[in-house]
Amino acid sequence: MTHFSKALVLGAVLLAAACTNPDRFGPGGADGMAGGAGAGAGAGAAGGVIPGSANDPASPAYFNQTVGDRVLFAVDQSTLSPQAQTTLDGQAQWLQQNADYLAVIEGHADEQGTREYNIALGARRANAVQEYLISRGVAPNRLRTVSYGKERPIEICSEESCYAKNRRAVTVISFGSAGV
Amino acid sequence: MRRLLLTLLGLAALLPVLAAPVAAQDGPLRIDITEGVIEPVPIALPAFVDEGGAGELAQRITQVVADDLTGTGLFRRIPREAFISSVTSFASPVQYADWRAINAQALITGAVSVSGGRVSVKFRLYDVFAGTELGEGMQFAAGEDGWRRLAHKVADQVYSRITGEGGYFDSRVVFVSESGPKDARAKRLAIMDYDGANVQYLTDSGSIVLAPRFSPDGGRVIYTSYATGSPRIHVLNVGDVQSRVLPAQSGDMSFAPRFTPNGQGLLYSATSGSNTDIYRMDISSGQTSAITSGPAIETAPSYSPDGSRIVFESDRSGSQQLYIMSAGGGEPTRISFGPGRYGTPVWSPRGDLIAFTKQNAGRFHIGVMRTDGSEERLLTASFLDESPTWAPNGRVIMFARETQGAQGSSSLYTVDVSGRNLKPVPTPDGASDPSWGPLQ
Repeated sequence: MTHFSKALVLGAVLLAAACTNPDRFGPGGADGMAGGAGAGAGAGAAGGVIPGSANDPASPAYFNQTVGDRVLFAVDQSTLSPQAQTTLDGQAQWLQQNADYLAVIEGHADEQGTREYNIALGARRANAVQEYLISRGVAPNRLRTVSYGKERPIEICSEESCYAKNRRAVTVISFGSAGV
Repeated sequence: MRRLLLTLLGLAALLPVLAAPVAAQDGPLRIDITEGVIEPVPIALPAFVDEGGAGELAQRITQVVADDLTGTGLFRRIPREAFISSVTSFASPVQYADWRAINAQALITGAVSVSGGRVSVKFRLYDVFAGTELGEGMQFAAGEDGWRRLAHKVADQVYSRITGEGGYFDSRVVFVSESGPKDARAKRLAIMDYDGANVQYLTDSGSIVLAPRFSPDGGRVIYTSYATGSPRIHVLNVGDVQSRVLPAQSGDMSFAPRFTPNGQGLLYSATSGSNTDIYRMDISSGQTSAITSGPAIETAPSYSPDGSRIVFESDRSGSQQLYIMSAGGGEPTRISFGPGRYGTPVWSPRGDLIAFTKQNAGRFHIGVMRTDGSEERLLTASFLDESPTWAPNGRVIMFARETQGAQGSSSLYTVDVSGRNLKPVPTPDGASDPSWGPLQ
């Protein structure tokens, strides 16, 4: 979960650089994704939109919650469903509008498979997302993939309801410039 | 050798008599681990004699010898209360009639002495019904820390002389120690004796570590670590516990490493884009070469003991199946054809069998098949069994079993190639991905 700690550090740095108004933390702060891009846009934010919150279209919280940071897959599949493609269209648009962000796409599998195969399967899923984002105009050098196989489930029951959420590819964004 | 089950060879006439209180033996004491299912052979193993300075250690060593032998499922220890003779001196002549009377097939006597920080163990093995010693008496010595190894060496000798097979008790296992809940599991490499004793941790839990594999001589371990942010293969020296990432690995991610039989190279799989293929690397030069190509997932490679062939899994047919190809690559031959999916093949050190993980109808199995795919036999069944590894003598398989549900955890088990004698291997925490090292 190193990206969480990075996001926290990033959020903290940007927050300190911008201002110390505690209201900057929106509801999205609970999962450590507050702050971020809202920093620069903060002063000019329209009324009712809390910069850095999930209502701020330039914020990571908006990306994670409103656009949606993850897509789900069928058993043993890496094809993108129409619903997944819609989510990824939103991700591509956001990444193009927020050029200061890089993304690591994490591929995951449910626990029903051998360890090695699941790493390869997670890689296929992450790659499917990466290729789709590139096809929608995101620069390849802003994207990287990693597969966690079945090592990082978010749901822990041994039923399809949990497996369905674990068969995922998550686009984890971080503030930074390509090539840096 | 065809069935790989258990029997007594040369004792066919004795088989029906084993359960009888007293039996005449027609041939030399011998268990052939090949055919038929038998009752465990009754053995007499009186406490080893303290020949100076050993104290309780003599009893502890005797217990480890007993645990090793009875743990195979091939032997049953006759309770001391049944003994007619007592063994108070290693040198006294054996009263065969007294041991025959309690139907002991084998008698093991031993003595332990400790002097100047050194433990010395000697033993003799007797074929009770033949009235002769089986092999020569032997003596082993080690520092006091090594007392368990001395016991394992005695047990290996006894096992080996009676079965004609190599032993496996004086061996170690490297594995992944697991702690914490399923959604925040911490993993670190650990090494232990084959029976779960002397656990030592090799890495901290700062990064995910997976699937360690011993080098053929047991001196090094290769494993997959996420320390660099992506799965990459690392090599660790067991002696000084120093590790490094291997250079110049192909692909964006690399995993599933396994040593070549000479220990100078490794096979691994690497992913580029959506494609996973098998590569070979020479460790000293860092040179890599692709062995498979094509869009399928090809992973989990394992060499035949002579290094001439490679067994691996591929989903080129649409689902995970097992294939064999020559060590240089080329067109592979599919060997798995039953229902379900097959993965993680491992070639037996004897060369005769391939162990694998099978997934079918919502269950996982550890199984074995011959190298041409015939005589498939499933040895286990559970919610999730995987990661088979062979004992050095190719007669026992260790594997990991994960239990179902939110509280699920992984632990290690062993099972005979016959499917008999399934039993857990005790570990301090959860455990997965075992790799059984060589006989020391």
